[in-house]
Amino acid sequence: VSTITADTALAPAAARPAERMKRAARRRRYLTNVGAGVLSAVLLVWTLTPIYNIVMVSFEAEGDVFSDHLWPANASANSFWIVVNQGYWYLEYFWHQFGNSVYIASMVTLLVLTIGSMTSFSVMRMRIRNGWVITNAALLTYVIPASFLAIPFYLIMQRYGLHNNPWSVIAAIVTFATPYAIFIFQEYGRSIPLELDESARIDGASPIQIYFKIYLPLMVPALVAVGTFALLAAWNEYLYQFLLLSNKQSMTVPVALAQFLNSDVAPWNYMMATAIIYALPPIATYYAFRNRMSSGLTMGGVKG
Amino acid sequence: MTTASAIEFGGPAVRRQSLWRYWRGGLRGSEFTWALAFLVPYIGVFVAFVAYPVFYGLWMGSKPSLYTEVFSDPIYQQTVVNTIVFVAFGVNLKLFFALMLSGFFMRPGWWVKGLLMIFVLPWAVPALPAFISIHWMLNGEWGLLNNALYHLLGLDGPSWLNSRWLALGSAIYSHVWKWLPFWTVILLAGRMSIPQEIYDAAKVDGATGLRRFAHVSFPLLANLYLVLTLLATIFLLGDFNSVYFVTGGGPANSTHLLATLGIRNAFDLANPRLGVAVVMSALPLLIPLVIILMRRIKNAEVQL
Repeated sequence: VSTITADTALAPAAARPAERMKRAARRRRYLTNVGAGVLSAVLLVWTLTPIYNIVMVSFEAEGDVFSDHLWPANASANSFWIVVNQGYWYLEYFWHQFGNSVYIASMVTLLVLTIGSMTSFSVMRMRIRNGWVITNAALLTYVIPASFLAIPFYLIMQRYGLHNNPWSVIAAIVTFATPYAIFIFQEYGRSIPLELDESARIDGASPIQIYFKIYLPLMVPALVAVGTFALLAAWNEYLYQFLLLSNKQSMTVPVALAQFLNSDVAPWNYMMATAIIYALPPIATYYAFRNRMSSGLTMGGVKG
Repeated sequence: MTTASAIEFGGPAVRRQSLWRYWRGGLRGSEFTWALAFLVPYIGVFVAFVAYPVFYGLWMGSKPSLYTEVFSDPIYQQTVVNTIVFVAFGVNLKLFFALMLSGFFMRPGWWVKGLLMIFVLPWAVPALPAFISIHWMLNGEWGLLNNALYHLLGLDGPSWLNSRWLALGSAIYSHVWKWLPFWTVILLAGRMSIPQEIYDAAKVDGATGLRRFAHVSFPLLANLYLVLTLLATIFLLGDFNSVYFVTGGGPANSTHLLATLGIRNAFDLANPRLGVAVVMSALPLLIPLVIILMRRIKNAEVQL
């Protein structure tokens, strides 16, 4: 009997510190979970409010814009119908302008990939002497703010007679996106052994064969990452498109959108509907290539 | 064979050949020609669209009398203050929150991953519709923000865009909103590249929570953080879209940044030289930043 009482008397005393620690740990975990939940809610509100506003305004019925509510009383998708059918005079060339945006973005992507991969092939794979000069020039371009060069660039393009020509915008975006491509290709190319090139060289392959048959196929992941980046850069660019493209036939969707701002009584619901349609391709592209892009963007983020 | 024939022809030929060999590096036969040919596109882009505009801009802004005109402009004086405030708050808020949030997004669990996918949305949405949406959201009379304040809290919000400091704050807010995901993703990749063993070792030594951050994560991220600060400063100096669309430089031209004031002088006032002079006045700040950054990037091998 005595042993049993001793056991029961001893057990809580021994278990108490352990239990208390466990309870404290549980409470701490609970608090961090609550904290994480609150933070998530704040982040959701922070992120989604401006996007919610775009959607809300685009669903306003005509004439209802900016009344005193948080969701339109007579929500209607009419504005999307108007945009798709080009039923408003700011939007009469909508699909043509959308085509201009697509054309500029595809040409930019193609050129950035071509020029970037050729440069990094020459500097990193063929190891041309003094290739670092090119790398440094590219780095310098990367850190010049594009808006600081806009004025001379505009005047030069006028002198070349390229005003209202999509190629002036393509040239500008390629100029500012290629340096980034060169860095990523160089960084990624380090993981491909140089011996591959060497053995192909001994077997008599010409540089152009090595470029097409060895370098490009092995670089596909980096090409996808940079291609996505270039596509989004072209789609996001506004200043150069606004300066260089001014007639309705040659302008792109962002420039057409900004036209709405010139008028005081513009139908904001049409504008926001246009904005949503314009924003869908980059969002889709981003989500499709999300993983490759973030790994490409941040390759070798830090070296511990 | 080649060296023997060079010796026969005497000194100058030897020197010429060794110079030639120096330039060719380890490349044989036609390979050097190919390596050069691969560089031609980028060199072309650099000369035509970087070097030429830069020198053209320097030439345009080379008259000292331009600067007395610029410096005596009261709008310019306000703009300099705005730019400093914008950079100081914009860069530090953005990077501090990005550093904290990247730690949050390291947490395990499906819903943190899902939240990250929503959180990166502002980065994927094109700048122009997002900023125009924020512009309308902040409208004092009908904007979503003041409607929400009124309906949820019964408060009458201020007219955000009608006073200089509130408007500048709104521009900083929209810049942070748009670019926070980008820097968070970069810092997240930086954190992910820290080997797990280091954390395990820290755990054995009893470092958790804040202490682990102060003694393990942050020292390893410090160099990356510094590079990102420099880069964010340069990017922010060149930011055009957030101020142009959210405040439009108003009220009464009191919230311009150097980039937007330059474009205004060049195009709205039709005085390109004055615009270039405004932008050039940022060079004494920009050039040291670029030099420090280029050294840092090379040492740290940070890729963005």
